[in-house]
Amino acid sequence: MQLTEKDVEHVAALARLHVTEEQKRVLAIELGQILAYAQELQSLDLTDIPPTTQASAGSKTVTRADRPRASLPQALALANAPDEDEGQFRVPAVLEG
Amino acid sequence: MDFYGGIKRLQEGLASGEWTASDLVGHSLATIETYDAQVKAFLRLDGEGASSKVARVGNNGCAPETYESHETVHPTRSPLAGIPYALKDNLCVTGMETTCASQILRGYIPPYSATVVERLERSGGVLMGKLNLDEFAMGSSTENSSYFVTRNPWDLSRVPGGSSGGSAAAVAAGMVPYTLGSDTGGSIRQPAAFCGVVGLKPTYGLVSRYGLVAFASSLDQVGPLTHSVEDAATVLQVIAGFDERDSTSVKVDIPDYTAALTGDIRGLRVGIPMEYFDTGMEEGVRRSVEQAIATLRELGAQIKEISLPMTRYALSAYYLIAPAEASSNLARYDGVRYGYRATDPANLLDMYKKTRSEGFGPEVKRRILIGTYALSSGYYDAYYKRAQQVRTLIARDFAAAFAEVDVIVSPTTPTTAFAIGEKTDPLTMYLNDIYTIPVNLAGLPAISVPCGLVDGLPVGLQMIGRSFDESTLLKTAHAYEQAAGFSSLRPTLVKEVR
Repeated sequence: MQLTEKDVEHVAALARLHVTEEQKRVLAIELGQILAYAQELQSLDLTDIPPTTQASAGSKTVTRADRPRASLPQALALANAPDEDEGQFRVPAVLEG
Repeated sequence: MDFYGGIKRLQEGLASGEWTASDLVGHSLATIETYDAQVKAFLRLDGEGASSKVARVGNNGCAPETYESHETVHPTRSPLAGIPYALKDNLCVTGMETTCASQILRGYIPPYSATVVERLERSGGVLMGKLNLDEFAMGSSTENSSYFVTRNPWDLSRVPGGSSGGSAAAVAAGMVPYTLGSDTGGSIRQPAAFCGVVGLKPTYGLVSRYGLVAFASSLDQVGPLTHSVEDAATVLQVIAGFDERDSTSVKVDIPDYTAALTGDIRGLRVGIPMEYFDTGMEEGVRRSVEQAIATLRELGAQIKEISLPMTRYALSAYYLIAPAEASSNLARYDGVRYGYRATDPANLLDMYKKTRSEGFGPEVKRRILIGTYALSSGYYDAYYKRAQQVRTLIARDFAAAFAEVDVIVSPTTPTTAFAIGEKTDPLTMYLNDIYTIPVNLAGLPAISVPCGLVDGLPVGLQMIGRSFDESTLLKTAHAYEQAAGFSSLRPTLVKEVR
């Protein structure tokens, strides 16, 4: 499995990560090796095998009564905010200018 | 007094007045003071919090305590009342910094506690602090912590294993009687094996993950690291049970786990998976495990060879599924609501990218990228979905085996603890988890117990049980432990100073 630096760049953009030119080069090799290892799964005949999405044997969807309860107080929800203003999280402009 | 004799012995001492809960905290602090400069298991100590907890539970651990929003008192004489413990730093505690050993969560103070922490606190447990791990529990050596490397108390030049390396090292060095860790692909059992302690990964769904920082949600499970199987049963008794705040929590009756520890395993059917013995296992590990199997036979168990043919595909499936889930879970770290935020971003997108690139370490980034790739358009069917199908086959292997046997036995790891800095490429590191990963993929319970020393380093014996049949698993592990006499192993470090 060969990954190009362009592939790495694309995936990094999807994952909201910056990668330097040097990191791109190294990651293309490392990720390529991991994916090459996982290539062995391609040799299996998996026709009619359902995917397992979770591991609980006896798990069912459990619902609770639809009664309102106290939620996290605003001050506590904001306590860890890197930047807040008037009870809200403040972030840089989405678009410049 | 020390912590190697187990929780029951500590409780007897509290009841008889031989020592007090303050003495236990004092001993814990003194041991940490003596060894932790070398071992470096603790990210954060909370001696003050521990002392004030003792003041509330009383010196014999029996004083009633009031809790807002919960039952008013903890049961008198809870088996954990007055007993010190510590937590892997991916479990949230109200008001106590929780970092997951990552820079991106530096300074994060959770506004709530994990359910397991609430349960221990209500039982009168005395929290000593938070323990080191591989960043976001991604790793097998605790070398991926962004703060410092934890060292193995048996040999300071070696890793304690991971990702719950701090949790295993702290118990091994006698700093606390028990700790909690989390296990996604072996992260409780592998460090337990490397450090010569007991590590239990319960059935997926038995213990609530509410307040455990998510890594791979279909695999993560919380469990104890202890000196003995009995202690593991005692801690499990308190932390197991349904929690409506964890949607994967399963409603099952919780049996009396310690009642199962009869020592009698006559007639029990023990399966030995031949595929596990085909791989690159160290000779010393093989000898120790074969000896352990002989001990089980002497105890009256029937030993049967079994086959788990899909084993060879487990690692590949895991290293697609776990990163895929991680890439999704870790998307929340964006610098908006908590944790680290990069300075001077050009705009919002740049803030996300800078924050995440500066906040995450190399292994976490690698896994996010692999996971994002496996989930991305055009590759989803070939990678993620295929891995999930293989997961079904692995679970079927175990189901077929458990029609013939009651417990499956293998080594926990192919080698004993390796040297710090020895494994440099990611794939070699991943191979360390080859015996533990299939268990998580199938959601089964498993335990690692010490089964000997090779060149002065502990070897772990893994036992795997049926879903929600922790009782049979603990019974088998306990019977073995009592017969083999490797419980309460003291590492070289502790012996030397004594």
